[in-house]
Amino acid sequence: MMELLQTIEQTGQGLLGPLWLPLWTLIKIVVVVAPIMGSVAYLTLAERKILGFMQVRPGPNRVGYWGLLQPLADGIKLLLKEIIIPSSSNKFLFISAPVLALAPALAAWAVVPFGDGMQVSNLNAGLLYILAMTSLGVYGIIIAGWASNSKYAFLGALRSAAQIVSYELAMGFALVSVLLVAQSMNLGDIVRGQQGNYGLFGWYFIPLFPVFVVYFIAGVAETNRAPFDLAEDEATIVAGFHTEYSGMGFALFFLAEYANMILIAALASVMFLGGWLNPFHGWPVLGGLTDWVPGLLWMLGKMSVMLFLFLWFRATFPRYRYDQLMRLGWKVFIPLTLVWVVVIAAWMQTPFWLW
Amino acid sequence: MLDNYFPVLLFILVGVAAGVAPLVLGRLLGPHRPDSAKLSPYECGFEAFENARMKFDVRYYLVAILFILFDLEIAFLFPWAIVLKEIGTFGFVSMMVFLAILVVGFIYEWMKGALEWE
Repeated sequence: MMELLQTIEQTGQGLLGPLWLPLWTLIKIVVVVAPIMGSVAYLTLAERKILGFMQVRPGPNRVGYWGLLQPLADGIKLLLKEIIIPSSSNKFLFISAPVLALAPALAAWAVVPFGDGMQVSNLNAGLLYILAMTSLGVYGIIIAGWASNSKYAFLGALRSAAQIVSYELAMGFALVSVLLVAQSMNLGDIVRGQQGNYGLFGWYFIPLFPVFVVYFIAGVAETNRAPFDLAEDEATIVAGFHTEYSGMGFALFFLAEYANMILIAALASVMFLGGWLNPFHGWPVLGGLTDWVPGLLWMLGKMSVMLFLFLWFRATFPRYRYDQLMRLGWKVFIPLTLVWVVVIAAWMQTPFWLW
Repeated sequence: MLDNYFPVLLFILVGVAAGVAPLVLGRLLGPHRPDSAKLSPYECGFEAFENARMKFDVRYYLVAILFILFDLEIAFLFPWAIVLKEIGTFGFVSMMVFLAILVVGFIYEWMKGALEWE
């Protein structure tokens, strides 16, 4: 596999010279982005199917066998709908908001490692880059709410911005404790730091368990998913910040939300669950039986488990009230993660540090 | 070193293109029949009563200000966290002093009720 890639790279270099690098990078980017778009489409189907089964009903089952063509049908329908731009809106901002929401959600994938060395760009400041990109997502939402010039959109954007900003702090502190343990911002190095002879006991979710839980819940809140979906609380503010969007404008917000969900799942796997590592590596019997499985499959498996949790939460928990949401973010998560940063830092000063 | 950032730049451009292309396609493929009722902002079927950019709760500002403080704090923690093993106990103690000062501020705002929503 690696040899094949090397041969391709050498022949390409010989044929195209300086043009080769941009072309090859572009191919790599497409190889990452296309499956993400596909996963987003089928995540929506999975969501509807799983929600259906949890509520004892079949879910979509008319379009294609087992509803498998449903996402395609939805996509085509949205593509053929009129894009309505309200007369009182700021037209330029109104159109650019969905792009601003989607672009960072995709661009953050540039540094995510799917396997050893399988990433578009091996940045040393990878985690910082991810934090920067995911923070930009809030601009799309607040610009959408402002540009729509509609009360519901405005209220939804305000709520959403305050919520995202609050949970980003808890997320930031969670990242600091990962950095403490890993001593690197390079996502590949973070995974390699979890390698060892004890399989899943070497992963960071064990010393950082409270932080792992906080990170994931903050991730659910960051992506405006149930039970923290106050930004699009249909009972009080219609659809929140994307009330005025139709057709492809709405579809882009939808894509961005799901791409962000998958990104949170990928980051949780990389930082806490050993990324592409085999959970049974080094174990007596299981280790030998499972070591042949490629790292990519482990990574995708871990991401799928995390994504299932997203859907499970939605089926299980009622929506938070806004004061409860802010209390959880500021009065529970921030103190908890802050204390855990101190605990980990102090623990690392002692000889009892094992990871 | 900078070589690593070229794919990132390209990726951002692809991300923007992935946002613009569907909008253009949707505009070309979809119908385009605007009328004044369709283009008015949605307000449960009523004419809009007033401008939507209305007054809102000052707490949103407060949250934004507190966010900047704490986010800066996190930005200070990042480089410290990466090199903690090298700077050892001295680095640990100095950061604890810094954090203690911030925690005093956090407790103050908590007691002042800046975190209350009712």
